[in-house]
Amino acid sequence: MNEQITSERRMYRGAVQNAIKTFGIPRLIIAAFLLTLFIAAPLVGADFATQLTNTINRFSWNAILVLAMVPMIHSGCGLNFGLPLGIISGLLGGTLSIEFGFTGAMSFFMAIIIATPFAIIFGAAYGWLLNKIKGGEMMIATYVGFSSVSFMCIMWLLLPYKSPNMVWGLSGNGLRTTISVEGFYDKVLANFLQINLGKLSIPLGTLLFFALIAFLMWAFLHTKTGTSMTAVGSNPAFAKAAGVNVDKVRLLSVLLSTWLGAVGILVYQQGFGFIQLYMAPFYMALPAVSAILIGGASVNKASIANVVIGTFLFQGIVTMTPTVMNSMIHMDMSEVIRIIVSNGMILYALTRKMEG
Amino acid sequence: MTNNYNPLLEMRNIRKDFFGNQVLTDINFTLNSGEILGLVGENGAGKSTLMKILFGMDIIKETGGYDGDVLIDGKKVEFNTPFDALEAGIGMVHQEFSLIPGFTVSENILLNREPKNPNFASELFGDRLDTLDYDQMEARAEAAIDKMGFSIDRKMIITNLPVGHRQFTEIARELSKEQLKLLILDEPTAVLTEKEAETLLQSIRNMAQNGIAVIFITHRLHEVLDVCDNVLVMRDGYVVKNVPAKETNVAEVTKMMVGRQVDTAASGSARDFSNSRNAMTIKKLWVDMPGETVRNVSLVVKEGEILGIGGLAGQGKLGIPNGVMGLYDAGGEVEFYDEPIPLNNPRKCLDASIAFVSEDRRGVGLLLDESLEWNIVFPAMQVQNRFLKKYLSGWITWRDEKSITNITNHYIEKLAIKCTSSKQKSRELSGGNQQKVCLAKAFSLNPKFLFVSEPTRGIDVGAKALVLDALKKFNRENGVTIVMISSELEELRQICDRIAIVSGGKIAGILPAEEPSEAFGMLMVSQVK
Repeated sequence: MNEQITSERRMYRGAVQNAIKTFGIPRLIIAAFLLTLFIAAPLVGADFATQLTNTINRFSWNAILVLAMVPMIHSGCGLNFGLPLGIISGLLGGTLSIEFGFTGAMSFFMAIIIATPFAIIFGAAYGWLLNKIKGGEMMIATYVGFSSVSFMCIMWLLLPYKSPNMVWGLSGNGLRTTISVEGFYDKVLANFLQINLGKLSIPLGTLLFFALIAFLMWAFLHTKTGTSMTAVGSNPAFAKAAGVNVDKVRLLSVLLSTWLGAVGILVYQQGFGFIQLYMAPFYMALPAVSAILIGGASVNKASIANVVIGTFLFQGIVTMTPTVMNSMIHMDMSEVIRIIVSNGMILYALTRKMEG
Repeated sequence: MTNNYNPLLEMRNIRKDFFGNQVLTDINFTLNSGEILGLVGENGAGKSTLMKILFGMDIIKETGGYDGDVLIDGKKVEFNTPFDALEAGIGMVHQEFSLIPGFTVSENILLNREPKNPNFASELFGDRLDTLDYDQMEARAEAAIDKMGFSIDRKMIITNLPVGHRQFTEIARELSKEQLKLLILDEPTAVLTEKEAETLLQSIRNMAQNGIAVIFITHRLHEVLDVCDNVLVMRDGYVVKNVPAKETNVAEVTKMMVGRQVDTAASGSARDFSNSRNAMTIKKLWVDMPGETVRNVSLVVKEGEILGIGGLAGQGKLGIPNGVMGLYDAGGEVEFYDEPIPLNNPRKCLDASIAFVSEDRRGVGLLLDESLEWNIVFPAMQVQNRFLKKYLSGWITWRDEKSITNITNHYIEKLAIKCTSSKQKSRELSGGNQQKVCLAKAFSLNPKFLFVSEPTRGIDVGAKALVLDALKKFNRENGVTIVMISSELEELRQICDRIAIVSGGKIAGILPAEEPSEAFGMLMVSQVK
């Protein structure tokens, strides 16, 4: 009898350990930290509704950038450290849309349309490169991202933009570092169906737009091509033996990731209110990468749920720490914590990368 | 200091479960110095788990430890890491090699235990900067190799060594440890030729004479009976029997392992297909597959037959299916029912309804991290657009989960795949069941022609019989032409109609399966280079 109890207890213990393992210790710690922040917020005098609004807002801006990680993870290309390439496509789309004189919601729609061919061209070159260096994708991706940003720093100055909304005031040529999208696509999604409950306001339009894109992603992964993408990531040799053109599928995943990066930055801009050029895209990959990792994705497995949970946790911490920490210790710790969390998370995931 | 009254190793009432799933129940045995214990059992019988407990592998601790006692020289021990086990004089040679390819044999044997000379830098910065004493290393490596009783060139670099010699290098590494009292060999002969295996058995005897106890795990039963003092037979986590090797025989051990009679006799049911149509004609095929180069193979496969391809390892028999299926660079001509098949393009073969079960189960055959469902239907889905629902006049192709589950369950039942559900990950299955999944994958393509490469490698007797039986049935009931490649001649003779022997990258000859083994043996060595 006694034996049975021990065996049952062991089973229970095993199940709990298993549950923790599936949920992930880092995710647990970060969720607990965020919960503490939410509880502490009212105690230090920060308004809860405002905090929640901020968190949801930031979630809505960033979610698609995080979603852009999914296709490449599925096809085995690893984490998309080359996200800046997609972002640059989006920046070109946004600035050209303004340059061509589109305004309001139309400018947002046109920005996506114009960004698409750039995303396809850049993504194709990027995917071709990644197919040449299988096994070292993430390292190369990082440098692709960095070097493309530097290259565009030159181009933003040289490209013949003329719109007075964007160019430097004195010389009349070269784009400014920060461009307001007011009058163009500022808050076009956020103001659509916005819910206001006292101090709490929810940008339902942006969330719906994300939901739509996420749904399309989810649906894509259930199609024949989507299935082959997951299989290529899981075991390329298996996929090849099953008659799948591995390089083509990987290329497609890079195209998708790059395009999602382009759309993601446009959504970010409409929420944030500004287009940031030059060095701004440089560090945008890291928060997105670490968000999806916090969400429970690994280097070769990711789901839409990982995106949602991860973005919420990561953005929650980014929003909450300044207010709570600063009022507690009167020092700006938030940036430090954000950097520790994002880089630490990436480091953790890379050390846990499964062999082969 | 050895206590004469206590055995070297005693395992008492060992029990282990993985999350409630009992894998070992009340294992008891003892082992004395200089004794050789053969450990046999089907895959999944618990052999490796038992050895992992003995060797203190992390996985045991991570999954909640074990019950029972391990005693060494009469003292209870508990190893938390393999290092503790090494310290206590236990050495283990794993199935997979753990050697550094670019290092010499001597360097590998003494890795991290090199004799060293202190120098100026190490005086300052600690002994990590000591220089290696190569003369001493050579001497110690030589001593270890001598102990084994088989000579290998100490100065050779691992990459240049034949597979068999690498295995001996691993054993020499364990032997070079002075405190070694107990050596565990996990399927050491699986990669060896018969000649090398014989030498290995001899060196095991030598070790035992020098007072080292050996635990010998293998699927080759005659080796066990040949070399061991005692045989420990395990089944489903229990010790079925512990008998002196002299008092038993292969048939009896097999019966104890599987709990049922296994028919090992050649069936003698070879059929004559010389008047049938040509299903596949291969002309002047060359394949650049590392270690299995095909130089010039011409072969005609008749419709409806089972053609066996045998031969020694490294002679190119595995290159043939891999080349035809486009997985390795190949050239030559292949015709399938008089239609030429382009090489180097897996898709074209699949489209022509030729399927392939790879010998590299884990590398090519399976999606280890996906469900059985995915593993079984994936090629059929990609190649034949089956198990898909179509929307918007074929623009959207959606996975048809229901029909996928149905077909998977159908094969789970038909091939008796042991699993918790069709959603289980294929990584979690045992080798034999993984092989059945690979077969199901090929069957679900409804092929006209099937290449099966080493279908029974590394799986146990029971699963082997089931796999061979399934192939035979598939051939008889569906009229599928099968080409089966295997290193085990007996297995080929059991189910094939004709057997082609490959030697030196060419077909040395094709004989009906009823010919005596000697005739095939002669062909095997005819062109070896």
